[in-house]
Amino acid sequence: MDKSSFDTQPVINGPMHTSLQHDSAHKHVTGSAEYIDDIPEPAGLLHGGLGLSDRAHAQIVSIDLDAVKTAPGVVAVITAADIPGFNDVASTGQRDEPLLATDLVQFHGQPIFAVIAETRDQARRAARLAKIEYRDLPHWTDIDSARDNGAPLVVEPMVLKRGDPETEIGKPPLRIQGSMVIGGQEHFYLESHIALVIPGEDDDLVVWSSTQHPSEVQHMVAHVMGCPQHAVEVKTRRMGGGFGGKETQGNQFAALAAVAAKKLNRAVKFRPDRDEDMAMTGKRHDFRVDYDVAFDEEGRIHAVDTLYAARCGFSADLSGPVTDRALFHADSSYFYPHVHLASQPLKTHTVSNTAFRGFGGPQGMLGAERIIEEIAYAVGRDPLDIRKLNFYGEPGSGRTLTPYHQEVEDNILMRLVEELEANSDYRARRQAIIDFNANSPVIRRGIALTPVKFGISFTMTAYNQAGALVHIYQDGSIHLNHGGTEMGQGLYTKVAQVVADAFQVDIDRVKITATTTGKVPNTSATAASSGTDLNGMAAYDAARQIKERLVDFASRQWKVDKAQVEFLPNRVRVGDDIVPFDTLVRAAYYDRVQLSAAGFYKTPDIHWDRKAGKGRPFYYFAYGAAVSEVAIDTLTGEYMVERADILHDVGRSLNPALDIGQIEGAFVQGMGWLTTEELWWDDKGRLRTHAPSTYKIPLASDRPKIFNVKLADWSENREPTIGRSKAVGEPPFMLAISVLEAISMAVASVADYAVCPRLDSPATPERVLMAVERLKTLGE
Amino acid sequence: MTAAIRFILNGQDVTLGNFSPTETLLDYLRLRRRLTGTKEGCAEGDCGACTVLVGRLSDRGLSYESVNACIRFLGSLHGTHIVTVEHLAAQDGTLHPVQQAMVDCHGSQCGFCTPGFVMSLYGLWLSNDEPTRQDIESALQGNLCRCTGYEPIVRAAEQVAQERPSALFDPLERDRAEILARLWSIRSEPETMVVEKDGARSIVPTSIEAFAEILAEEPNATVVAGATDVGLWVTKQMRIINPVVFINHLTELQAIAVDETGLTIGAGVSYTRAHETLAEEIPAFGRLIDRIGGTQVRNMGTIGGNIANGSPIGDTPPPLIALGAELTLRSHSGRRSMPLENYFLAYGRQDRLPGEFVEKIFVPRPAEIDYFAVYKLSKRRDEDISALCGAFHLSLDSEGRVAAIRIAFGGMAAIPKRATHVEQALTGQIWSWSTIAAVREAFGEDYQPLTDWRATAEYRSLAAKNLLTRFFLETAGQSQELSRFELEEA
Repeated sequence: MDKSSFDTQPVINGPMHTSLQHDSAHKHVTGSAEYIDDIPEPAGLLHGGLGLSDRAHAQIVSIDLDAVKTAPGVVAVITAADIPGFNDVASTGQRDEPLLATDLVQFHGQPIFAVIAETRDQARRAARLAKIEYRDLPHWTDIDSARDNGAPLVVEPMVLKRGDPETEIGKPPLRIQGSMVIGGQEHFYLESHIALVIPGEDDDLVVWSSTQHPSEVQHMVAHVMGCPQHAVEVKTRRMGGGFGGKETQGNQFAALAAVAAKKLNRAVKFRPDRDEDMAMTGKRHDFRVDYDVAFDEEGRIHAVDTLYAARCGFSADLSGPVTDRALFHADSSYFYPHVHLASQPLKTHTVSNTAFRGFGGPQGMLGAERIIEEIAYAVGRDPLDIRKLNFYGEPGSGRTLTPYHQEVEDNILMRLVEELEANSDYRARRQAIIDFNANSPVIRRGIALTPVKFGISFTMTAYNQAGALVHIYQDGSIHLNHGGTEMGQGLYTKVAQVVADAFQVDIDRVKITATTTGKVPNTSATAASSGTDLNGMAAYDAARQIKERLVDFASRQWKVDKAQVEFLPNRVRVGDDIVPFDTLVRAAYYDRVQLSAAGFYKTPDIHWDRKAGKGRPFYYFAYGAAVSEVAIDTLTGEYMVERADILHDVGRSLNPALDIGQIEGAFVQGMGWLTTEELWWDDKGRLRTHAPSTYKIPLASDRPKIFNVKLADWSENREPTIGRSKAVGEPPFMLAISVLEAISMAVASVADYAVCPRLDSPATPERVLMAVERLKTLGE
Repeated sequence: MTAAIRFILNGQDVTLGNFSPTETLLDYLRLRRRLTGTKEGCAEGDCGACTVLVGRLSDRGLSYESVNACIRFLGSLHGTHIVTVEHLAAQDGTLHPVQQAMVDCHGSQCGFCTPGFVMSLYGLWLSNDEPTRQDIESALQGNLCRCTGYEPIVRAAEQVAQERPSALFDPLERDRAEILARLWSIRSEPETMVVEKDGARSIVPTSIEAFAEILAEEPNATVVAGATDVGLWVTKQMRIINPVVFINHLTELQAIAVDETGLTIGAGVSYTRAHETLAEEIPAFGRLIDRIGGTQVRNMGTIGGNIANGSPIGDTPPPLIALGAELTLRSHSGRRSMPLENYFLAYGRQDRLPGEFVEKIFVPRPAEIDYFAVYKLSKRRDEDISALCGAFHLSLDSEGRVAAIRIAFGGMAAIPKRATHVEQALTGQIWSWSTIAAVREAFGEDYQPLTDWRATAEYRSLAAKNLLTRFFLETAGQSQELSRFELEEA
């Protein structure tokens, strides 16, 4: 062996716990990162257009598609009759979501038929030529009108209860009842939904889908096609954003393309226009939260009773687990001695609402933080004091049990919040703001510090499993595949770091490959912030198996003890010899060592009994806190976020740069949800904010003017997660609640902080001005 | 007649005929040229994922502007240099400094918006050596990112600002002289170009006279300047428009003349160009322009288009009406002028005869001692359409009485409209807090606004009154407004 080639590098490039660029960053900036619409199109590709309902709730009396069929370029029209299997894409198995409506439409924008044409333009034009006759039925689109109409529930509601809330709520000296309206949110992933289906022999279909859940797309396509799941392969290299919007909502486009592709034996692509995407796909659930809280003069909570009603849309979709998670976070960071929480998942004649970063958690927490505000204004104290007074306690304090009977064992709230409070100079700034407001007739300021405690794990215990596939080829290059999908969060990068670290090779030796149901089956959605926890561990498990075989081989070949085999950067020490990694791999191949392994992981120790409302649904909690400062204009309701300081817990970060990116992005997205992003349906049930011209997500000029983001670098996950890290996708979204509460404080200043402004979300300039007016009247 | 247009795409000369007048640059790039780095995010000029640079010859030589390829029609591209994201990196793959800064600062997550951001940052980098945070935010007003929260992108812009590699590295610096020569050679077509496909015609006149003649012959032609409105008729409403007359290149329509009496703005002056002059001459108006669309839309959209389309929520009519602007329409047979407010007859109806087009607008200069202000209210501060937009122009006499006041609002009625009752109630009164308080309710006689997704009628009514209060405070030297940057206050 040529010893001169031996590497002496002390550490590899790209181990765990280092700030690495996103693996596709270079491709992103050059425009060479391939999204599905960028894949070279198969010969003879056809394009789908969609015929959508223009009624919110109606019987279909007749459908005349003659003009559609004869329009230029049209090859076929697909209706429910063309579906070989089930006309159903309900991810719940409840069969309440037809792929194409037949005799009943239940929301404006529901697909009725699809047109398949030579070009996308032709398909879109032809789709508008249908003549559909309807008989209108009564419709309701929001929570209040759903209640007025006695709307049914889309799933069985959940109840969480602990202690004796019925009696105890009457005991303390103070009690407040109130209600909060919380708006929904459009995902506004920059890449709209898309599916490209290429038919093959037998039942085979290759499906490229922009999805967070390739396995579900596979299952749904098989279900709609009436074919075995093995015939369908679903691939996803990357999405142009997901945020939960591509967890179940991509199924319909993939299934429609599959039906057309098989019928015509040609490749078919569906790429809805932005407006269609926004009309046809679900959003974050709106909520109305009716709360009843009893507390003492200090502001200590004694009992809470809250009802969380949600606009679910016309079908269940994920509304069950979303409303469940709202209840799981209805305690936010606070111990409720006596508590009763219930959900009310209401059916409405709107598109079926779905997963969105936080998955009901943000709405649950927002209700809890409103309760804190109510108490603070009632007892005349800084809301931060009320928060600290009510935080979960340390183990042994008797204040650690959640409403779902899980102990909070890893509580770092007080340390985190007090560190942020000190570093952000919260107290002095709050006083300065109060002084400023006293002398400022028009502009008012506000500041708020709010905490985050977010439960990590799918509450559907079975989903907490993952697989990975690792091959080492004869040149020592490594092929990595796992069930997680890349939507920008950097999952692929982090998992590659895990594998590079495990083998102690530079990360550029690890090829990250597109997620496909053909390599790792039966995967869960990349959701619930779980991507790295689950897939990182599964990939680690695969690498561990191969490493063990390599160690076995080396110890046999070199006749040394296994303990004498050590993986060093890009090389392996075997006894006294140093062997380059690729040399060892090649030698192992010739010794007929299997250089491929499937890894698997399931989260330990979790269980949940929904009926009883008891269990340990979460493996651990992720924590964080934010201080936001805003200024509002009391003449117009306009506002600006002057500054935000964040301290967030990601355990021992696998990649601090990517984690900070998640935190900054989540915060601004959360700000959008609570401020300018407003979904507005007209009286016909039409969503009128259906494009970026009318639906306003934050711009660069909306982000906090001063934006300080720090990781709680002292934190380590007490559970043995990958590298002792913690999930980061969703938790920081809720840091933005501090913005809404800071606006609320600025509003409260017009009535000398004596009245809780009860500012609902989104706090558009209009809502802010109207709250100012209301408080002025109350103050007079 | 010439049946093809010519332009340069990245490095390549292109002669293109046989295209539809509604074919967009984005579809051409992605479908015909397979240049898939440029993305479609919204197809309405609001997200910026399709941002490319378009270089053109002007009185300043060769200048490049960011535009939205999704609503830019091919027929508007004769004699231009189109630069896409694929043109930036060196042949050997070395990233352009703008791209490298985005990588270094972790400026991409999902990456779908990234090429558009790179192009907007590139446009900024080309035109501004020392951008302030305000300049950067302004340059990014037309780009949406849903992943990063923008902080790393702004940092990338700051990092790259000072980085000036050799002119040989940057493709547009390196090839400037050559591109200039090539554009000169294809620029001047001696006669009107007409490109036809399946009976649909793109007409590109060579002069304003030719344009007037064409419009006389084809009174039903759709006139397209910036396409920031008509673009959406096509991409969203799928309207068929034929023929289309493209006038964005007509330099005769792009002049701004300034003298002591006021400003004469050609109908084809883009918001960006208008901003430069207005920021100097009527600063309050300049600040408003900075809040219309994003940079890409401001580079394309024109003052004339904002008037001609008659929208009740166009941003420039309220300040123009408050300033007493005069509109000049032109046709093959001559010109006529009118006060701008008379142009707007009713919703969707304007005083423009077949064959007429908006030629220019004269904006009288407010007197030194006059007060003028314009306020726009929208859900999001930047790149949003007005919920309401109010403009105030006040002259006081020596005793502090209102000698004259003109108030105009958009978003409060079916057309941009003056608040004549409020004006009357104020005229002759002492300009004081009590006068203001007394006339607030007169707004109810001028406007009965609607409720829609931008605001309720109640908010519009209340905010209109409050804007009068704001204007009063401003004239009393007690202005209190939110401002993101200290400079803006100065």
